[in-house]
Amino acid sequence: MTSIETVSDEPEAWFKLDREGGTLSLGGAWTIAESARLDRELGSLDLAGKGDVSIDASKISRLDSAGAWLVLRTRRALEAAGSKVGTFAIPDLYKPLFETLDQERQSEPHKLRIPTGLRGRLYKIGRGTIHAYHQTISMLGYLGRVTVETGEAIASPGHKMRVAAMFHQVEETGINALPIVGLLAFLIGVVLAYQGADQLKRFGAEVFTINLLGVGVLREIGGLITAIIVAGRSGSAFTAQIGSMRVNEEIDAMQTMGLNTIDTLVLPRIIGLVIALPLLTFYSDIMGLIGGAFMCYFQLGITIPVFMRQLAEAVTVNTMLVGLIKAPVFALVIALVGCYEGFQVERNAASVGMLTTRSVVEGIFLVIVMDAAFSVMFSVLGI
Amino acid sequence: MAEPQQKEKDVVIKVRGLVNGFGNKILHDHIDLDVYRGEVLGVVGGSGTGKSVLLRSIIGLIRPLEGEIEALGHSTLGDIESPEMRKLQMRWGVLFQEGALFSSQTVAENIQVPLREYTSMSQTLMDEIAEMKLAMVGLPPDAGDKFPSELSGGMKKRAGLARALSLDPELLFLDEPTAGLDPISANQFDELIKQLQKSLGLTVFLVTHDIDTLRAITDRIVVLVNKKLVIGTISELRKSDDPWIKDYFSGVRGRAALASEEA
Repeated sequence: MTSIETVSDEPEAWFKLDREGGTLSLGGAWTIAESARLDRELGSLDLAGKGDVSIDASKISRLDSAGAWLVLRTRRALEAAGSKVGTFAIPDLYKPLFETLDQERQSEPHKLRIPTGLRGRLYKIGRGTIHAYHQTISMLGYLGRVTVETGEAIASPGHKMRVAAMFHQVEETGINALPIVGLLAFLIGVVLAYQGADQLKRFGAEVFTINLLGVGVLREIGGLITAIIVAGRSGSAFTAQIGSMRVNEEIDAMQTMGLNTIDTLVLPRIIGLVIALPLLTFYSDIMGLIGGAFMCYFQLGITIPVFMRQLAEAVTVNTMLVGLIKAPVFALVIALVGCYEGFQVERNAASVGMLTTRSVVEGIFLVIVMDAAFSVMFSVLGI
Repeated sequence: MAEPQQKEKDVVIKVRGLVNGFGNKILHDHIDLDVYRGEVLGVVGGSGTGKSVLLRSIIGLIRPLEGEIEALGHSTLGDIESPEMRKLQMRWGVLFQEGALFSSQTVAENIQVPLREYTSMSQTLMDEIAEMKLAMVGLPPDAGDKFPSELSGGMKKRAGLARALSLDPELLFLDEPTAGLDPISANQFDELIKQLQKSLGLTVFLVTHDIDTLRAITDRIVVLVNKKLVIGTISELRKSDDPWIKDYFSGVRGRAALASEEA
């Protein structure tokens, strides 16, 4: 590491307190390069009971504000130790610097705002809890507002729905996500079939791999994996788009022009995703099954017609519908969180990144919580 | 213009035959510039004439197409992260337009970044120095615990200046220090720079739009017109025939600012 102390070629700084303690003489280059050493050495100086002291700094060859601060601090320490500082000789060149520093640092030392140690930890936990509480309240409020606005948009006949914006979102979040969702669903099908076959082979029940695959993909995995990808892909995009509009004061501009931000920014995204995600889930289901069929053919030698027959026995249309019915709910959660966090962005660069991360984490978290809630509900209803 | 009698002065920044440009648009066409120790040099020019580009190429953020640049006797054309540049960077401070404070750190930590990186000071001394620098730029001590996002625009600039001054540099670069400040804050900031420049013996390279700043604190002014530099004091430049310079100093704003000087 390069340090300013090693590159400095100034004459070394020194100080000397004569034996009687009458004069403190200073000399050399009192600069920032020397200040760490001077600080240590001055700290070990015994200042108590020196009586009247005069400071002779006239031999200082170079002085900067760090050095001046050390001189000033030593003078104050002497005064605090009961000495009276009589003459204080400094080169004329550096008088303005001393005057600047001396008048400015008259203020009281302040207390640190954030406590440290155990209290600091408790402070952080407390602050986090309060923050989470406020966050929940405000997100519920936001959900309410979006619901009311949606209701109004549907109820009032003359209302202009932003159809173009909505279909743009369907394209962005649905059609453009086809390659990645398709590939991942296909691979999940492959993995599921492979692992299922491996275990079921022990019981000679390889053919039930298809049941596992059908029920697994259609009821749970297809929808869940799609929702998670979309939360990472589109939820984050919503936050980043709306967030950067906030940083850029575009949201403020819209509001002053009388444009309703929920109506123009949030509804197209929510409705667009609610349309796109079920379609995407259906596509993901099919790709998952194709992946499974592919693996069954190569691993177990099950031909496609046999696969189809077994699949028809294993699952019903209802199995798929149970999976698909969850998709609009997931879409709502992802879009709502994405947009909400976008509006939370403050006017600084770090904020966009932080809230985008938070939007993805919250989106995925809520999707899985919703999925669990659906599982409980379906089992109570006996579906 | 004012060159001959200043020949003997110590040159801290030396620019020779500098060419800067983007794509096929040339911003600077073989310009020469000397900045002397202890002076405040103001750089002005219309929007898009490359004032900030000139500053950025001197501090090594932009590599010019052609030419030589020396600051404090060393070339700044090398790799910006090289050890030679490190040594140079310890001797100058830069205040960027929006302060460029690190948003994840408090103001005091921001000021201590260079101290922590380049010195072996104890934390206590660093805290004291941070507080001293805050006082120097006219910020209250409790500003040190705040994050940049909690500060107003003017306070951010002051905090940025405190960070630029933390290693006690010889050379200070200011990129539009008063842009976006109200006239009173801008005047205070001008006063502050003037006072610091005097007490610390700084050389200041100042890019600005603000004619009041120019009048208040600069010794010489460099005007960027037609990809070239016109150098002189305010009174010399007011006699210039160049239409842009004429407009600049005798427009409504310019006249008002200069009238207060003559009054």
